[in-house]
Order: sequence, then structure tokens, then C-alpha cells
Amino acid sequence: MKVILSGNEAIARGFYEGGGKVVSSYPGTPSTEVTETLAESYKDKGIHVEWAANEKVAFEVAIGASLSGVRSMACMKHVGVNVAADPLMTVAYTGVNGGLILMVADDPGMFSSQNEQDSRHYARFAKIPCLEPSDAQEAKDFVKKSFEISEMFDTPVILRTTTRISHCKSVVELKDGEIIEGRGLQRDFQKYVMLPVNAQKRHVFVEERLKKLKEFAETTELNIWERGSSALGIITNGISYQYAKEAFPEASFLKLGMTWPLPENKIKEFARSVEKLVVIEELDPIIEDTIKAIGVEVHIGKNRFPLCGEYSKTLVYEIVSGEKVEKKEPLTNLTKRPPTFCPGCSHRGLFTVLSKLKPFVSGDIGCYTLGALPPFTSMHSCICMGASVSGAHGIAMGLKTQGIKDKPVAIIGDSTFIHSGITGLINMVYNQGDAIVVIMNNDTTGMTGGQEHPGTGRKATGEETVKLNIEKLCQLIGAKRVIEIDTYNLKELEQIFKEEMEKEGPSVLISNDPCVLRYRVSKKPLSVNKEKCTACKMCLKVGCIALTFIEKAEAKYTEIDPLLCNGCTVCQQMCKFDAIEGGEK
Amino acid sequence: MRVFNVVIAGVGGQGVLLTSKIISETALLQGFDAKQSEVHGMAQRGGSVISHVRFGEKVYSPIVSEGEGDLLIGFEPLETARYIHFLKKDGIVLYNTYRVSSITVSIGAEKYPDDIDEIIRKNAKNVFALDGTKLAVEAGDKRALNVVLLGASLKFLPLDKNIVLKALENSISKKVLAINKKAFELGLEFFNDIK
Repeated sequence: MKVILSGNEAIARGFYEGGGKVVSSYPGTPSTEVTETLAESYKDKGIHVEWAANEKVAFEVAIGASLSGVRSMACMKHVGVNVAADPLMTVAYTGVNGGLILMVADDPGMFSSQNEQDSRHYARFAKIPCLEPSDAQEAKDFVKKSFEISEMFDTPVILRTTTRISHCKSVVELKDGEIIEGRGLQRDFQKYVMLPVNAQKRHVFVEERLKKLKEFAETTELNIWERGSSALGIITNGISYQYAKEAFPEASFLKLGMTWPLPENKIKEFARSVEKLVVIEELDPIIEDTIKAIGVEVHIGKNRFPLCGEYSKTLVYEIVSGEKVEKKEPLTNLTKRPPTFCPGCSHRGLFTVLSKLKPFVSGDIGCYTLGALPPFTSMHSCICMGASVSGAHGIAMGLKTQGIKDKPVAIIGDSTFIHSGITGLINMVYNQGDAIVVIMNNDTTGMTGGQEHPGTGRKATGEETVKLNIEKLCQLIGAKRVIEIDTYNLKELEQIFKEEMEKEGPSVLISNDPCVLRYRVSKKPLSVNKEKCTACKMCLKVGCIALTFIEKAEAKYTEIDPLLCNGCTVCQQMCKFDAIEGGEK
Repeated sequence: MRVFNVVIAGVGGQGVLLTSKIISETALLQGFDAKQSEVHGMAQRGGSVISHVRFGEKVYSPIVSEGEGDLLIGFEPLETARYIHFLKKDGIVLYNTYRVSSITVSIGAEKYPDDIDEIIRKNAKNVFALDGTKLAVEAGDKRALNVVLLGASLKFLPLDKNIVLKALENSISKKVLAINKKAFELGLEFFNDIK
């Protein structure tokens, strides 16, 4: 049967077809839907699917499942691999029992990420294979292939996609699920206990394995030589193949489905067969550097192709042909439309107060990062998951040594706090820090589309489970002041911030209002009484798309779109003239 | 058949992705190769959203290039203008005239262009406008806008109405099927007079 699937849905299907049994992941755009699809559509197929607390935990769960004798996988976005890098570098030594995949989705162009790192470096770093599909069909097929390579060579395998592979849909031919017998738990001291005495021997194994993988790369059907015109030869991978194939259908192609290690002899042979050799790969020159290192001349590569951003058919055509494509330019000076908090979002009240009080805000990864944008501009750093808490502690300590009193505020969501904020808070309390930590507990992993986590009381599959009590956890860590806040009450919230600013030591403020998008919270819309509105624009400071300022010759006033307004009353509380009417209390 | 290129643009939350999904699934049911591209995550939080659908005998790139689009389906006027350069010279614009404010407008940093409809007409030859939001409300739910536009777009897409309807039925829950069927019909009938 043929269906249309996204790359992520296809990977989920491939996991099922390839006899995968355990998947543990942490949500992150553009990787999230692999695990979501498995949880929704394959939970009754004897597959254990879970959201883990973070990527390190997820990958360690997958490693454990492999040890137990079944095929397993952990999925994450590119920056998640940084978190999972510790187990990755050593499981590369131990190898596997059941097939083991680390599925990672990179984000060239940074549609929803804080950096543009190229995960293929990890394959080279850990000396393990990297497979890269170029459409959804391959995404599905490469899962099974990864399992086979993993078991054949006793190695974890990185299955790498990019946003355009994960989120593009194309036609996929479905097959039945394979029945793979479990291998049973393996006890092998020399292989799995990485004491120096064993690790020294395993490092030798890793180098030997890499040599064998190189030989495999020469013959595997993952790397396809498409013979075309000898005038132009293109070596490419992933989505770049699709752009290049459409731009230069006549060219010869060496399409690499396995991008680490590389088939050096095949590359040399391919290069000899063409007059002009072009290497097309988004982000870093992983393929190109190797080609140059084996003494093959690359005519066009990163000397003309950019290191930053994603590619396109037009970009590929223009760079390789040297000709400009005639195309229309986008209209200039159009009103912009950046992302923003949903109407009714619990973050709005928080940032409305912070933009008034103006403390230094150490931010984190989630919807609340949008508090850095106008009209709030109330977030002053955002590095990675969990860094808000530890960073705020560092800021406070640094300021202390300079004799400056300016208590910083850390802002972190529930899922992110559980991911890696807890350790930061333990550290802050232990080292007697002096910062306010705001935990915006909206009962979901919001930015990635509303996934469960240990604090929601539900598993990935929706089943009820133990619910982590964040407030009690903070108290147990030793935080003396743990206060529940209501971000929909601006006056009270401002008062709490002012009081906590004056106190010594860590304060933890927790908001427990749910995500309005995930839980479809909706109250009656408010309206503006035009007679009372003085056009002072104070309400506009809450940055809500339901509000529009109308400037007509006869009158100026704010208007509320009833189709958008969620009735949260935050704008109403900003109005000194009682011009905004309605609202439930 | 050569590759037919559709660009669908709107505001996060308007249901651009469902419309794209149904068009690409219909194309597959009619025996075409089809690819669709979209973006999730941060881009969806009330921001500008673009989705690409391409179908034909064989499709490689899942992205429509600038100047290549046969049809632009705009869910909102400003977003229609933002992606109008994706259309080829004689490409068709079909757009919903109901305006959705942007956050930059709401905070008073920018103005919503009063002459947005003129801007669209000035930059494309074949422009078809409808108040799809009004029709969706008439069908019973403002959120059925995506299905109104799906219906209306069939005037310009080489796809079979009955197969689209089948794909639609497979994609939405039974609870809202009646409203969506009504929305589909209202959209379908809207451009009936046009040859």
C-alpha cells in the first residue's frame, strides 16, 4: 500500500517494520513526530514508547534496551545530542546487543532552534556510521538498514535527518512488520564494563570496526551511483540530492545514503569518470573535507556553497551553472508577522510585569523565549536547556564579587526544568545563591506541540502515571521560599517580585496555569467601550494579537477581535479608565 | 503531467497544514507522485506559515521555487502578499480577504497595510478573492476556513472533487464532519460563475 508520510512518520513506520521494540526520546523540533507517531499509532504493536526526562536519559534507556536484546532507538533534535553525547561516546566502544539507533534531526536554516550544528560531526567523532535519507521512503527503509548495520558491526548507528526530510511528506510503500526474536540480556564484562582495562581493548576494536565499515561503504546499496553525463558529476546527500537532481537531471550522481564513513575508492572512481566534480551538502563540509583529504580535486564545494542556512533548487542551480535564475523578489516593507504568545497564554502576564520591573532575565528554551521580543524585550540571555537557572546563579555570584546588587530572574518551563533545570536549582541552593527562579508550569511541553512529561501525570501514550510534584521537589531540594504565583493577577505578581527582590537567597515562584492551546482553555471575549477609551495604548503593552489600535480621523481607540480574544483580562488590568469590559473572575 | 506547484500561506493556527495534507493525499489517490513541505515549532505561534505542495509524474524537490507557483492559496491577505513572488507569471492567487492582525500591529510598532488588496492585485495577474472566514462562520465554525479554501481551490486544481471529499473524510473527526462538508460546499460553489 502507498501512503503519504512525513519523514518522521516514515521513521516511526520503519521502526515498526524493522522489528524495533523500545523507543525513548525527548521532544525537539524537527524530531518530535517520530515518537508521537509511535505513541499514537503503534502502541498496540508490542512497542514500548516513552518520553524521557531528557536526551541523555532517553539514549541511556535505548542503550539498556539494546543490552536486553531488542532493537531500540532514541530520537532528538540536533542540540539534544550534545546532552546525550556522554553515553554516545562510550557506547561507541561497548557496541550493542540488539540494534541501536540514535535518530537526530538537524535544523539548517534554524526554523526552530538556537544553533545550526551539523550532527554528522558526532558520527565522525564517535567513529560510528551515519545514515542520511533523502525522502520519506528512504527514511522508512533506512531504519531497518540501520538496525542491520548496528547488529552486523556491533555499533550504534546515527540516523540523521534535516527539517526538510523530517517535515516533508512524500509517497511511501508500506510493508508488514518484521518479527525479530529478542536476543536476551547479555552479560559480558569485557564488552560492557568500561573500566580502563576493558576500554583500552575496545578502543582497538572501534578502530578495526571503522576499517570494516569503510569497506562496507564501498559496496552498500545505500550509496548509489547514477550514471549520467560525464561533463558534470555531483556527490551529494539528503535533501540536497533532490534539489540537485531537479536542477541537473542529466548529470552523474553519487548519492550518499551513508555519509560516515565514506566510500573513498568509489569516490575516487566517480571523480575520475567526470570532468567537473561538485559536492553539495548543507552545513559543514564533512563529505568534501574527506574527499580533499584523499587527494581528489573538488571543483565546486564550499568554495562557493554557503556554510549557513538551508539550500534550494535555485541556489544549487545558480552556484553550479554560474547563471542567475530570473525570479521575482519578495515584496519589501511588508508588515512583519513574528511568532508570539497565544491569546490567553500564562506567559503574557509574567512578561508584562517583568517589562515594568526590568530585572536581568536569564532565559531558557520554550515558548517563553518569545518574551525576549517586543513589546516585552524582557529576556537577556538564552543559551540552552536548563541554562536559565545555573546561569542566573552565575550572574548573581559574578555581581556579588563586583559589589553590585541586582538580583537576576531565571525563567524556565516545567518540561525544561525537569530536563535539566533541577540540577541547576540544586546547585544554586547548595551554593547559597541569590536569584529568583520562575517555573512556568503549564502542564505540557508547549513549544514542540504539547507533549507529556513527568510533571503531567500522563505517559507518551496518554496512560495515567505518577505525577511529579514540582513544588514539593523544590522544597526537598532545600529552597526555603517556594511560592505559587498567578500570572493573570498583575498587581499581586508585581508585589511578589518586589518582595522577593529584597530578600536574600533563592526564591522559587511557580505558576501552575495550563497551556491554553494544549488544553483549549477559552473564556468569553472582552470588548472595548469606545467612549471610555482614551487611546493611551497601555493595553498594547501586553503584546496580544487580539488587540488592534484603530486610528481614524474621527476617533482613535483599541479594538478587540472577538474571534481571537481568550478573555484572560491581562489587558483589562492595564487599563486605567475601565474601558475594557467583560471578563469572568 | 508536468509538476503542478501550490503554495499555501497563512497565519499559524489557521489550518494551513490540513489543506496541504488533503491536496497531497488526493494527488496520490489520483496516481500522481506528490511531495509536501511544512514547518512546525516556533514558526507556528501566531507567526507567518507557508506550506508547499507539488504533484505530477515525478517530483524531486519538495519546495516550490520562487517564480514557479501555479497556484497560491492565501488564508490571509498580508500573508498572501508575503509569498506572492512564489507565483509564476500567469499563476493564480486565491485568497481569503479576512484580515488577521499581526503582533507588530497590535503593539503599535507597525500598521496593517490598508491597501493590501490592491497590493495583491498589482503583483499578480489572476486574482480571486473571497471572505472565506465569513463562509466558515456560516458553515458553523470559523476554524473551517481551511476547508472553505480547499473547496474554492478546486476551481484551479487539476483534482477530482469526489476524491478530495474522500481524503477530507479520512482526515477529520466525525464530530465536525457535517460542518466541514458544508464549508467545503460553500467554498466549491463560490467561484461557480467563473469560467
